[in-house]
Amino acid sequence: MESPILKILNFSAYYGELEILKKINLDVYKNRVTAIMGPSGCGKTTLIRCINRMHELTPGARVSGKIYLEGEDIYEMEAIILRRRIGMVFQKPNPFPMMTIYDNVIAGYKLNGIRISKDQMDEIVERSLKATFLWDEVKDHLNRKGTFLSGGQEQRLCIARALAMNPDILLLDEPTSSLDPRSTAHIEDLIGELKKRVTILLVTHNIGQAARVSDYTAFIYLGELIEFGPTAKLFTAPDDRRTEEYVSGKFG
Amino acid sequence: MLVNGVVRVRKSQQPVRERTQFRILRDKLFRYVVFLLSFLIVTPLIVILYHISLKGLKVVSWDFLFSLPKPAGEQGGGIYNSIVGSIYLVSLGFIFSVPLGVAVGIYVSERKETLLAKLTGQLSSVMQGVPSIVVGIIVYCWLVLPFRTFSALAGGVALAIMMVPLVIKATEETLNALPSSLREASYTLGVSYSRTVLKVLVPSALNGIITGILVSVTRVFGETAPLLFTSFGSQYLSYSILKPIDAIPLRVYTYAMSPYPEWHDLAWGASFVLATIVVTLNILTKVIQRRWKVRF
Repeated sequence: MESPILKILNFSAYYGELEILKKINLDVYKNRVTAIMGPSGCGKTTLIRCINRMHELTPGARVSGKIYLEGEDIYEMEAIILRRRIGMVFQKPNPFPMMTIYDNVIAGYKLNGIRISKDQMDEIVERSLKATFLWDEVKDHLNRKGTFLSGGQEQRLCIARALAMNPDILLLDEPTSSLDPRSTAHIEDLIGELKKRVTILLVTHNIGQAARVSDYTAFIYLGELIEFGPTAKLFTAPDDRRTEEYVSGKFG
Repeated sequence: MLVNGVVRVRKSQQPVRERTQFRILRDKLFRYVVFLLSFLIVTPLIVILYHISLKGLKVVSWDFLFSLPKPAGEQGGGIYNSIVGSIYLVSLGFIFSVPLGVAVGIYVSERKETLLAKLTGQLSSVMQGVPSIVVGIIVYCWLVLPFRTFSALAGGVALAIMMVPLVIKATEETLNALPSSLREASYTLGVSYSRTVLKVLVPSALNGIITGILVSVTRVFGETAPLLFTSFGSQYLSYSILKPIDAIPLRVYTYAMSPYPEWHDLAWGASFVLATIVVTLNILTKVIQRRWKVRF
């Protein structure tokens, strides 16, 4: 039996009167890749935005139910402390344009005013860039602004920036949807490597991607969690007819 | 049938071709008109600069720039006190307006939905349209009458009032143009709201904010009206904040209004210096705009 690092219990999310997520129950296991898939607008992005409490920044947003991170209710925690433990990477790469590559990686420390020595910073930058296989490509340009990077490199820089904070969980919100196939393959390989050190929640509308990289898959449809289980089972012998139709491409 | 068909196609193409020619012609005409209009606008500007340079360069010398005005009737004399005064006044305006304008700009952009922010944004647009002489009179009532003296302080405040709306608008608009992904990137690293604004958003918007500040500095450098009732002007070199102080536009005004032809020459010289400063600031603004451009 695997141990859940994140437990989502009876969780609902709303924008004003609109119920986006309906009573979701989901366990996320440590050092595993959990894919959340579903058609556009099903609420999958809202779900991960609730996990690091970004959802509540939207006016009119509200939630009910509980989410526990290693037994702690995340809505009892300070949001800024929670977000340091749960990193996030977005659809579109968003490195800080006014910072150098080095500063982008270490941004979580600098912006938060966390004081660490130069040696520690160097080490964190190198480790994070190596973890995303970006080190060899940028090690001679660390003090340049990241504007010359390709989309795929920018996205890996954003992952490195999140990893630098040493998070427990990494949320990836369709991290490859704005990338070309080669960069996509690169990121997918990277996800396989990263799960050794961090739990990954991956939102994707790409069924193939969920099948390729994840250990567990959750299928969300119209705000409801239809099915959750090991990826292999979900794709070969799903319990629900809707899951079967979705993974076989009949809708979505 | 086939022949008929072909013939029919050719016939129907004919009017299309004519219309295309008409469109090409209209397109050309449009280009000429646009060119002509821009030419009409640019020509007087070039003539003005040429005229000022022609009349001003004869007067401008080392002595003109670094000596004080002389009483009427004496030869020579310069505008050193006016140059110092202008820099003094604009610096005061800068010190008063920039922190305030940037802070208010941040507020207006960050709290768009609040009534106060909407009101402030609207009012600062209105402020840009207030005639500068009115600003001068207002500051006269606020700072000259109570102190019973014209002063550099009053002049600086008057210029600051001219600058603040420009700085607010520049800050607000540049911040508004930043993509929301930037803010989210900061939040997801656990950065607090205040640090996100001060260390991520404002630095990313710095290019636009500095451009706005430079535009406002350039603009008030040439202002005469708000200074007439506030800093008033002076024959002497002064560094005191509570005494009247000269400025280049005031010196131009004094000399140009005088009955002496040699003073008229000095007015041209001062105008040339002023124009040079304004053009330089303009070029500087463009350079900064280009070099510090933040690409997303």
